[in-house]
Amino acid sequence: MEIPKSFLGYKRENGRAGTRNHVIILPVDDISNACAEAVSNNIKGTIALPHSYGRLQFGADLELHFRTMIGTGKNPNVAAVIVIGIEPKWTKRIVDEIAKTGKPVEGFHIERTGDIGTIMKASKKAQEFSQWASEKQREECPLSDLWISVKCGESDTTSGLASNPTVGNLMEKLEPFGVHLCFGETSELTGAETVCATRGATPEAKDKFMKTWNAYNDFILKEATDDLSESQPTAGNIAGGLTTIEEKAFGNFQKIGNLKFIDVLEPAEEPKKGKGLYFMDTSSAAAECVTLQAAGGFNIHLFPTGQGNIIGNPIEPVVKLTANPLTAKLMKEHVDCDVSKILSREMNLSQAGDELIKETLRVANGRLTCAEALGHKEFVMTKLYRSA
Amino acid sequence: MSQPDLIIHDEKDNVGVVVIETTKKGQECNAWIMENDKSIKVNSTNAVPLGHKIALKDLKEGDTILKYGHDIGKVVKSIKKGEHVHVHNVKTKKW
Repeated sequence: MEIPKSFLGYKRENGRAGTRNHVIILPVDDISNACAEAVSNNIKGTIALPHSYGRLQFGADLELHFRTMIGTGKNPNVAAVIVIGIEPKWTKRIVDEIAKTGKPVEGFHIERTGDIGTIMKASKKAQEFSQWASEKQREECPLSDLWISVKCGESDTTSGLASNPTVGNLMEKLEPFGVHLCFGETSELTGAETVCATRGATPEAKDKFMKTWNAYNDFILKEATDDLSESQPTAGNIAGGLTTIEEKAFGNFQKIGNLKFIDVLEPAEEPKKGKGLYFMDTSSAAAECVTLQAAGGFNIHLFPTGQGNIIGNPIEPVVKLTANPLTAKLMKEHVDCDVSKILSREMNLSQAGDELIKETLRVANGRLTCAEALGHKEFVMTKLYRSA
Repeated sequence: MSQPDLIIHDEKDNVGVVVIETTKKGQECNAWIMENDKSIKVNSTNAVPLGHKIALKDLKEGDTILKYGHDIGKVVKSIKKGEHVHVHNVKTKKW
């Protein structure tokens, strides 16, 4: 198949391109959710991103909170941002960083005004942003404007046999076009960690990967009461035939095809080394992982599933594929790309990779994913430890 | 290119994955090895559902299960060729 050289995206002030054109209402903290949701109810064409944290966090955990908030606002799928927090200082810090992209952003704090006054002021600005964004048109953008993140979920053995290698095939075919690529799931590489480390493009990348994985494993060994047998593999994984974390990890690892990763990113960190594949240190929980990758700047997500994970994200469209014929049949409304014919050998991996490229570009051009059509917009912050 | 009942990732593997809705007790299964495109036959001792694994040889306690050509865990209860391989007879070596 000849791969199209471009897609239709929204060009942003900082030179990036979006596959979506959202105006978001971003609460800095849990207690500002009500205000943010009221604004998004008032003003059509906006979306609130409520979440559970943002108070009394400190150290690396607080830095991650800011990185996630700021990165979400900076993502090129976002046209404009309203930030609402309880206090002015943290609100302003987020606004100032998002403003560096050149996109419209305005912050509001609730203290000394109350919800109702804040909702009124923020709604007026949100209306202005929404109408402004509605005039943006899609334009031709080079394929290299795609930043593709991947994560699998509710995996079973069909994931490792077919849907994950399909993503790997897409990566191998799109990498030469200069796209950014990202995989994560530190915990779910356990058992395959030494093999994964060999895929580091440089000694630094290899070393950074092993340090990241070891830090995670030390934490598990410290916190685990017995073992992780109730969590890794999950009940869904086991029902689908996955027996051990090692088996799950080698299946997971198929998603990067034969590529090497050029750097290891902190959770929600933006890649700085140009085109190519990155590993991001993330949770393996689907919504947490995609939220972190979106905050890292990725603008389209590929999600292979076995037993049928249904996740979506408010700003980064999530394209779902499965090779499990039962999932494709029983959960059809969640499956954007059915590659189950690989198992019956009616389709080979390269054909499946081509199908996924076609579907990815349709979504990049504006087709709603199943998760978008069904209203999935899971925005889940990763919290590293207890608050102060 | 006939439809396989089992798929085996790597020639070194000692398990294969069921890719039909279920095998029948005693069924002779067509197993396709992805790595080298060869095919072998294995009898499925039990009815094993889609996605679950079948042993390609006799395995005893302490043996290593190989899939993708890699170590994915240890045998904790001996397994006969053709039997279902899962959490009842295989455990992780991690944690």
